[in-house]
Amino acid sequence: MRQFLSFFSIGLLLGVLFIKSEVASWFRIYEMFQFKSFHMYGIIGSAIVLGIIITKYFKYTQAKDFKGKEITIEPKEKGFTRYMVGGIIFGLGWALAGACPGPMYVLLGSGFLAVFYC
Amino acid sequence: MESIYSTWPWYVAGPLIALVMFLLLKMGKKFGMSSNLRAMCSIGGAGKFSDFFKYDWKSSKWNLYVVAGVIVGGIIAFQFLTPHAPQVHPDVVDQLQVLGITSTNTSFLPTELFSLESMLTVKGFSILLIGGFLVGFGARYAGGCTSAMPFRH
Repeated sequence: MRQFLSFFSIGLLLGVLFIKSEVASWFRIYEMFQFKSFHMYGIIGSAIVLGIIITKYFKYTQAKDFKGKEITIEPKEKGFTRYMVGGIIFGLGWALAGACPGPMYVLLGSGFLAVFYC
Repeated sequence: MESIYSTWPWYVAGPLIALVMFLLLKMGKKFGMSSNLRAMCSIGGAGKFSDFFKYDWKSSKWNLYVVAGVIVGGIIAFQFLTPHAPQVHPDVVDQLQVLGITSTNTSFLPTELFSLESMLTVKGFSILLIGGFLVGFGARYAGGCTSAMPFRH
C-alpha cells in the first residue's frame, strides 16, 4: 500500500504537470514542430540537462537510494542505427498523433472527458 | 492561486520532470513512460507472439502505479485547474485555419481531430492508429521515449 501510494503520488504530480504545462496538448506539439515557440524545447531541454547532471552526480558520488542500496544506472545499448531509425519513426508518430507516450496516458483520462463532454 | 491556473512555464515544468526522475532513482527505479506499453502488452498476453513480451512484467508494477496517478492527475488538472486553453503563436493559428482547424486557442485538443464524430471516420481513426503505432514502435526500438532520454548519456 505504501509502495502504491508513493508511486501513485509521483504519477499525480506528472499528470497535473503534463496538463498544466500543456505538453499533452496537440496544439503545443504542432507549434513545436513549426519552431514557433520555445516552450516545448525549454521543457524537454531543461529536463534532459538536469537529468544528465543528476545521473552523473549519482554515478560520481556512488549515491544510495532511500533503502540504502547503491543506485545503478545500466547504460543503454550502444548503437547508432537503432536510435536514428527509432527516433525518426517515433517523430513521425509524434507529429501524426500529436502526443508521445507520457501525455498519451494523461489523454486517456482527460482526453476522454474532452471528447465526450466538450 | 493565479500561478496554478495559468500555463506553467518551461522553467517550472522541465525542472519538475527532473525532480520526478530524481525521486524515482532515489526509490531505486528508473523513469520511463513507454516501457509501460510493453508491460501492458505482456499483461494482454503478447508473450505468445513475441519473446520481447515474455518477461516478468510484475517487476515493473510500480510503473503502472505511476501511470494510474498520471491518469487521475490529468483528470484533476483538466477539470479543476485549467480554465484557459493553450494560447499558441498567431502564425500557428493562421496555419491551422488554412488546414481547417478552427478550435485553436479555444480548446485543449483540436475538436476537429479528437471528437467522437471524427474518430469514427476512417481517416480520423487511422491517423490516431498509425500515429500511435509509430510512437510505440519507435520508442521501444530506440530503447525509450522522450522521458528516458537522459539515461542515454
